Parts: sequence; structure tokens; C-alpha cells
Amino acid sequence: MSVKSKNSDAFSADQQRRHRLGHAWLVFFQAATVVGIIALMALLLNIINSSFGFVLLEDTVSRESLSPSGVALEDLSRDDLVTIFNDNVSTGLFTRYEREKPFQQRTQADVYALVIDFVVEPEIKEQWSLVDSLLNRDEIQAIAINEHPQGHLEFRNWLDWDFVRSPQSSFVELAGVRTAIFGSLWTIAIAILFAFPVGVGAAIYLEEYAEDTFISRIVQTNINNLAGVPSIIYGILGLAIFVRALEPLTSGSFFGVADPLTANGRTILSAGLTLGLLVLPLIIINAQEAIKAVPNSLRRASSGLGATRWQTIWHHVLPGALPGILTGTILAISRAIGETAPMVVIGASTFIQVDPSGPFSKFTTLPIQIFQWTARPQDVFRNLAAAASLTLLIMLLTMNASAIFLRNRYGKKQ
Amino acid sequence: MQISNSAKKQEGTQVDLRGKPRMSEFLIQNFLMLCGLLSIVITAGIVFELGKESLLFFGRQQWEQSNKVLTQDLALADSQIHLDTVGSQLENGDLLRIDEEMLLVLDAGSTQIEVERAAQGSQLAAHNQGSEIEIASTVSLLEFFTGIDWNPQIGKFGIWALVNATLMTSLAAIVVALPLGLATAIYLSEYASQRARSALKPILEVLAGVPTVVYGYFALTFMTPLLRTIFGLERVEIYNTASAGIVIGILILPLVSSMSEDALSAVPNSLREAAYGLGATRLETALRVVVPAALSGIVAAFIVAISRAIGETMIVAIAAGAGSSFTFNPFEAAETMTGHIVRISGGDLSYDSLDYNSIFAIGLMLFLMTLSLNIFSQRIVRRFREVYE
Repeated sequence: MSVKSKNSDAFSADQQRRHRLGHAWLVFFQAATVVGIIALMALLLNIINSSFGFVLLEDTVSRESLSPSGVALEDLSRDDLVTIFNDNVSTGLFTRYEREKPFQQRTQADVYALVIDFVVEPEIKEQWSLVDSLLNRDEIQAIAINEHPQGHLEFRNWLDWDFVRSPQSSFVELAGVRTAIFGSLWTIAIAILFAFPVGVGAAIYLEEYAEDTFISRIVQTNINNLAGVPSIIYGILGLAIFVRALEPLTSGSFFGVADPLTANGRTILSAGLTLGLLVLPLIIINAQEAIKAVPNSLRRASSGLGATRWQTIWHHVLPGALPGILTGTILAISRAIGETAPMVVIGASTFIQVDPSGPFSKFTTLPIQIFQWTARPQDVFRNLAAAASLTLLIMLLTMNASAIFLRNRYGKKQ
Repeated sequence: MQISNSAKKQEGTQVDLRGKPRMSEFLIQNFLMLCGLLSIVITAGIVFELGKESLLFFGRQQWEQSNKVLTQDLALADSQIHLDTVGSQLENGDLLRIDEEMLLVLDAGSTQIEVERAAQGSQLAAHNQGSEIEIASTVSLLEFFTGIDWNPQIGKFGIWALVNATLMTSLAAIVVALPLGLATAIYLSEYASQRARSALKPILEVLAGVPTVVYGYFALTFMTPLLRTIFGLERVEIYNTASAGIVIGILILPLVSSMSEDALSAVPNSLREAAYGLGATRLETALRVVVPAALSGIVAAFIVAISRAIGETMIVAIAAGAGSSFTFNPFEAAETMTGHIVRISGGDLSYDSLDYNSIFAIGLMLFLMTLSLNIFSQRIVRRFREVYE
């Protein structure tokens, strides 16, 4: 009796300890889960924090000195502004803009913008993050008045329409991501044109045709391994094969359409094909999963009615697997659109101002821009990097949302 | 074909149901097979290109400054050159170059050296006092795999400086991601309600989908200042491996948690119920029954995550610093293998330079490291997986 109660005492004491332990670990498990959420929040807030905020601008040349008549600069006539512009910039710059579009055909607002950008040159002296701008408003205003009496303070939304619309520029004020967005879209389009048919073809072969032979097992293992190869290795491969070995093809000189400015293989085509190789294993693996999920009864019924293998695949297997294949492809595109390392190795141009005109153009992409701006020592470029990151994340989000939308819609029809 | 075989067995049929040769079917099947085989071609391409250029890297002769100059004029007939003692130490068998002429060192003294003139078929010429002397060097495999100094400008190619930095960042990533990832997976699979799971999993997926360059920005503008505030400005450099490593850890966290959760969820419920039946608490069931049963999957997830951390590029290129250094201090800047490749290929790289070849040698090393980890992880899954009905 006493032994029994002693045992049960020990048991209940131990039970309490075990439950306490259970609770302690549960707290740890929950905390670990929350870390992921906190990290995501910190990441987003960090980007948003730098995408908005006060900037302190100071004119390099004061507006009063340009307009001796005492009329405010923005109220001057177009011809007066053209004269000011002509007097204050180099002849080369003036002729360039004249050639682009004669000044007589430009509007007053257009010329005014040129004068501001090239003559007045408002320079960003200091900038503050969103949190600073909201919390220490008075302090910032005090700094503005005391240290830069000539300057003026304005609340800047770095990710505005101008930022998306303008090409790259060495002036922080004017820089935008237009060329980078076009570059990204071009490379992705080429990557998908190449990787989608080939990837789905390989998946069909592996799932529908290949028997369990040594070779097909090798191919399967190989695809799984390729999916784990670091993306920079694909960049090195692209550099050796597309940029260097296939230079006549990828620069367009073989077709006689090479861009005279590039004349080497560091083109959109090389970049697109490299990205294509990179996402190929992902597309194959996802398409295989989708094809596997199509019930075998469909194949048997189709064969039973006398359809050939390809007829069965084309009319029954593929339509059933399509939503899965498309989702996998869009995931692959999201992966490709954010890839930076292979693009750097391929030799994306860091500074181009013209939109890409075709597969043989030089290019830059959105992630490359982010990388370049982040790597600059001046803090003000960080704001540009943040705004470009936000643009990239919005693009990714739109794409993923449209993928889900498409899948749901298509899935319902089935 | 199966259909025609079964058709043949039917008796009394008038129509010929045997499969007919179909050209288009044949073509399609072969095209699809080519698509499948392309993946082999890609792998072969990677191995071939990396291997070829790496071989060039190791065989290549390049000229370095010896920081020595001739102290006396060298006439056509002289076989002795006179030098002062500054600069690199010369040894017998070294190949020198003065202007265009190559000279082979036969007997190296400190200020007077016996040389063979016009070595390797170069043109004999007279040289004036003060001519600079260059010394030939090739990258040896031994130096590559044992050296701890990577500095292409002065001909130092010791891969360990780069590998060490890669290991430092990966280690930091592992320390962050493996415990947190596994804990998240256990929580999601063993504790969380269906609702909590469906809310948490998309968040982790979003985290996994953020481009790495954005993580790099995050490391430089958030994690580094954070570390500097915690540990002190003088102790933590602006570029450091700890910051990059921690952010890589955040990047691979979703990978670890989702792969581990898949493994945990695959453990049949009967095991859990049996454990509860024997009086185990939820924690004991999770840690002593479910985790061991899913161990092969969890280990595979860990290895894949490590391989991902080693190959991660943009975060280290942005936050870990430029310029290699062999250091074990996580708060100092050090350049990783991937970071180095990105930095030197960022400019216009000429194809016939040692730099160009060196990125292939580093790439080959990186490829072999990640490939062996990936194969290892697949092996583990295949070999140690517990199969339940």
C-alpha cells in the first residue's frame, strides 16, 4: 500500500514536471514560428521605411540669379527659358536636346523641367526615413532651417510614377527603373519561350513514355540535382556558352542585326536562355507532379476507345494537368524574375538609358538595378534601391495573385 | 503496344486492329525524349565548361612584378645579372622576364644571378640598368587547395580564404535556420490547428519567394546596423559575415520548415496514437516518436538547406564585403566564393585573363560542394526512410 502511494506520488510529481517541460517547449516552438513572421515584417517595413520620407533639397544655382527681371522662374516664357538653358549648359548638351526634339516644339513646362534638372540642379542634401519623418518632424524642420537656410524640405515618395517611367540616370532626382523593367520582361519572356515547351516535353516523356530503365533513372536523378545547383553556376555556364561560344548567334551578328553598341554576346538573348536553363528543372519537376496527379482511369478509358498514346496525352492528360503545369511555370517565373547573380556574371549592363529594342540589345534588369544602387556608397541611392525593391515585390505579388486567379478559374471549368 | 496486344487476343474479329506505324507519333515521342535528354546535356555542359576553364587556370603562366630592377646594364653576351636584395627571393629554375626576353635562373645568389639567356625561344636583347624584372608563376593545385591567401593581383590563389568565408556565412545561417526551422515544422505539424496552419504557411512561402537581392539590401540596411548597435560600432565592421549569414538563415528558414514539415506530416497517426496510449505527453510524442520516425526527411532538409546557403550569392555579395581575407571573426568582412565571382565578373571581364579562368575554378569547387551535398541528401532519404503502410 505504502509502496503503491509512493509510486503514484512520484508519478504525479514527475507528471507535473513533464507537463511543465511540454509547455516550455511549446513556447519555444511558437516563438520560432513567430520569428519567421517577424523577419518578413522587418523586411517589408525596412523597405517601406526607405521608400518614403523627407528630403532636403538645395538648389546648386539659385533660381533668383537666373531670372534677373524678378519674375519667378516658372512664370517665364518658353523662349526666355530656352535662353537660360542655352546660356548655362554646354553646347553639346544643348544640341543633343535640340536634336531630340527642337526647342521650338517643346512646351514651356517641358523646357522648365530641363532648366530645373540641368541648370538649377536641386541637390538632395539630406534624407530621412519614413519613421524619422513621422516621429521627429519638428527636429527635421529645425535642421532644415538652421543648417540649410537656402534649401527646402519636401516629403518624397520615392516610388512615384516618375520613378517607374524614367530611365536610369546618374542624378538621383531623375533616376528610374523603366529600362530595368523592360529588360526584366524581355529576359523572362525569352526564358519562358524556351523553358516552357522543353520542360513540359521532358515531363511528358518521363511520365508517359519512359520506362523504368537505367537511362531514365539517370535523367530523373540528374534533373533533381540540377534543381539544386546554385544559380551563379548557371551564370558561369551562360557566360561560357551563350556569351562567349555562341557569340555570333547571341549578339545577332550572324543574322546581320547586331546592335552596333554592343557587338558582343552580353545580350537579352543570352540572359533569357541562361534563365531558361535555370528554371528548366523547376518546370520539369512541377509539370511531372501535375501529370502524375491525372488519374490513370482517364488514360485507360482513352486507350480503350482506340486513341493513340499522343492523342491520349494531348486530349486527356494535358488538359487535366494544365492548371498544375501553369502554377509551376508561374512559380518558376517568379524565381527567374528575382535572379541577380547569373545576370551579373552574364554581364548585364549597369548603366543604360535606352529601352531594349529586341533580343540583341544590351540590357539591365530590376534586381541588377537594386544591386547597383545598394552597392553605392552614398546613402541616398539606398532610397532608390528600396523603391526598386518595392517595385519588384509588387510585380512578384501581382504575378502570384494572377496565377492563383487563373488556376481557380481554370480549375472550375474542368 | 498494350492495346494492340490485347486486341490481337480477341478471336473472330474481322477488322485489323494491330497498331499501325504512325510517323507523327514517332516524331513526337523522339522530340519529347530529346527534351528529357537535354537535362543531361546541361549537366555535361556545366561539368565540361567548368573543367575546361579550370584546367586552363591551373596550367596558365602569368607574369608578376618581382620588385627587382637590374643594377647594371646587361649586354648581349652576359650570363650574370646583378640585382639588389629588395623584392621577392629568386630560386633556381625560376623564369624571369626583362622587357620581351625570358631568362631562366640557373644559380641564384643574393645580388648576382647566373641565368640562361633567351630562354623558351624568346629574342635575345640587351637591357639597360634599371629595367624591371618580372617573374613567372603558375597556379599549382597544391597552392590552390592549401593556400589561405587569395589575392590575384600578386598571384596568390589559395582557395581557403574564400572557402573559409563561405563556411562562416553558412555556419551562421545554419545556426539560425536549422533549430528555428525544425521548431516551426514541429509546431505546424504537431501543435497548430488547421486554421493557424493555413494562415502561417503562406507567410513562410512569401518569405521564401522574396528575391535574394532584396535580402541583401535587408542585410546591409537592417541587420548590420542592428548588430552594430548590439555589439558596438568598433567591434562590428560595416561589411561582415555574421550579418550576411543571419540573413541567409532567414532565407533558408522556410525551406527547412516546409521540407521538415512534409516529413513530419508523413508519419502515420497510428504512431502518435500509440504513444498517447502509453501515456506520453504531446511533447514526448513529438520529440521521441514523430521526429525520430521522420529523421531521414529532416536530415535531408537540413542538407539541402546547407547546400543552398553555400551557393547563396547576392546576400554575401552585398553584405559580407569585398576583398578576401582569412578570418574566423564573424564581425569582420570576408569575401565568399560566390561573392568573389560576382565582384570580379561585375566589370568587363576579358576572356583570356587569369581572373576569367579563376571564376571557373571557384565555380567548379562550388558545384562539387553543392552537388555532393545534394546527392548525399537524396541518398539519406532513399536509404533511411522508414516506410509505413
